[in-house]
Amino acid sequence: MGPVSPLLETVNLEKWFGGLRAVHSVDFRLERGEIRAIIGPNGAGKTTFVSMICGRIPPTSGRVIFKGREITRVPAHARVGLGIAYTFQLVSIFRNLTVYENVALAVQRRLVRHSLDAIKDNPRALTAEVEGALAEVEFSPPDDRPAGTLAHGHQRLLEVAMALALHPELLILDEPTQGLAPEEIAGLGALIRRITGNVTVLLIEHNMEVVLGLSQRVTVMNWGDIIAEGTPQEIEANPEVQRVYLGQ
Amino acid sequence: MTVRVQSGEVAALARANRLVWGVHLAVAALLLLLQFVLPPFHHGMLARIMVLASYAIGYNLLLGYTGLMSLGHAMFFAAGMYGTGLTVYYLGFGALPAIVIGLLTSIAVALVIGWITLRTTGVSFLIVTMMFAQAFFLATLYFNRITGGDQGLVLAGRLPPLHLGPLTLNLAQPGVKYNVALVVFTACVLLGLWLVRSPAGRVLVAIRENEERARLIGYNTFHYKWLALTISGAVSGLAGSTYTLLFSYLGSSFASILYSIYPLLWTLVGGVGTIIGPLVGATMMTYVVDITSGYTTAYLIVVGAALVILIMRFPQGIMGAVRARWPQWVP
Repeated sequence: MGPVSPLLETVNLEKWFGGLRAVHSVDFRLERGEIRAIIGPNGAGKTTFVSMICGRIPPTSGRVIFKGREITRVPAHARVGLGIAYTFQLVSIFRNLTVYENVALAVQRRLVRHSLDAIKDNPRALTAEVEGALAEVEFSPPDDRPAGTLAHGHQRLLEVAMALALHPELLILDEPTQGLAPEEIAGLGALIRRITGNVTVLLIEHNMEVVLGLSQRVTVMNWGDIIAEGTPQEIEANPEVQRVYLGQ
Repeated sequence: MTVRVQSGEVAALARANRLVWGVHLAVAALLLLLQFVLPPFHHGMLARIMVLASYAIGYNLLLGYTGLMSLGHAMFFAAGMYGTGLTVYYLGFGALPAIVIGLLTSIAVALVIGWITLRTTGVSFLIVTMMFAQAFFLATLYFNRITGGDQGLVLAGRLPPLHLGPLTLNLAQPGVKYNVALVVFTACVLLGLWLVRSPAGRVLVAIRENEERARLIGYNTFHYKWLALTISGAVSGLAGSTYTLLFSYLGSSFASILYSIYPLLWTLVGGVGTIIGPLVGATMMTYVVDITSGYTTAYLIVVGAALVILIMRFPQGIMGAVRARWPQWVP
């Protein structure tokens, strides 16, 4: 077997905030179709690391390679077009718009190739796609209330629906289960399992039950470094990980 | 089943659509009929108000729908005014080519100013736009041999009548003034309505609501803000062009900070993020100033007090309050 290029690769990726080195020269590979969890204590650099992948934060040095193409200098909005979608650690939606409008904005992005195309409207196609995106996450909005008035779990589901409506190849979820009830966590886990195959998932997660039940491989970060990587079982058994993260 | 639900939703959207366009056209029709019943003084006032309201509609496209507060729009208004007025004054252009020149001038200014200032947001954007507008204002004073500076230039007698097919229109006639103002105002309403209800308008609202989220679902927010600022500047410039043609005057005062503050006030009073709000705000403010200045020279105190009460009672503006009480479709 020859070398197959991974979906995503980072080479010596590094981020400094002033005098603080948040991410240390990280080399990372993610294969197509994986569900990968990134774990690590608070301040380990997890969010900074994935933010450099989705383009929200520019790296200080190093490279990001997606589908064999270097995207280090590609702006965030263009990375969405290439197939990278991101959901925030703190739910980020358009709180004063309806659920329909929220999802329609994501759908429209895919239907529109260029900024100026956006002056043509096609409500029929848009509505069909919005309903499809909401059906995919099994969420039916109660009514036309502003999305910001929905329960937290529903807002999270809406954000995931928006991300999926972009038809990403790589979906980055930053602590998606934070603040969710146990049955909502189970629902989200089932959803993530359902969408893999088409979508590669990279998730930051604190809930070890979710990590062990969902991911095929786990990456552990501490102080901006990757300190271990392996199957959930290997990670659980790794004494270094137990020391820094599981607190044993 | 799903298909039926979808077509139901599309039909509901189409119905709401017709209603919104209907309401706006009804306002234009009302203005059309008012000219036959208004006494001459108010007839002239309303013509002026419609031009100023067009300016505020342009301003509101940026403030109300994109969430960017500018204090430099007098620059775009005056760019249209000088582009049109100077070509009439020095080159003897007719009304139509002069309007085109005014429009192109304001678009060019908006493109350049937008490209520079849109690197900032919030208070910085406010300050930077104000600084450029002040520089523009000072330039109109500095080149007073051309612009007439403070004194301005009077176009009366220099503007040839407008020939539209068999019609010959003299813009100095009150009836012509009123209807030209109405045509320009209606055009601005329809353009604004079309823009904010287009998919691009949806993106502008998304930027106003949460710019980072808009960027991270894949929109080049800089491009959209640039588009909004350019259209906003073009509408403001069109209003400036029309003003100079109808009222035969151009001068530096229209480039001053006061004329950047006016559209902000009219928009806030009338209702941010509504298309009709600027008309309501411009009408109210113009009349309040006119009536109170008849009683006292300290009329600005009265105007200020009225504004404070209004903003306290209706922080969303008049049309905003109407929309909150009645259905969402109120424009």
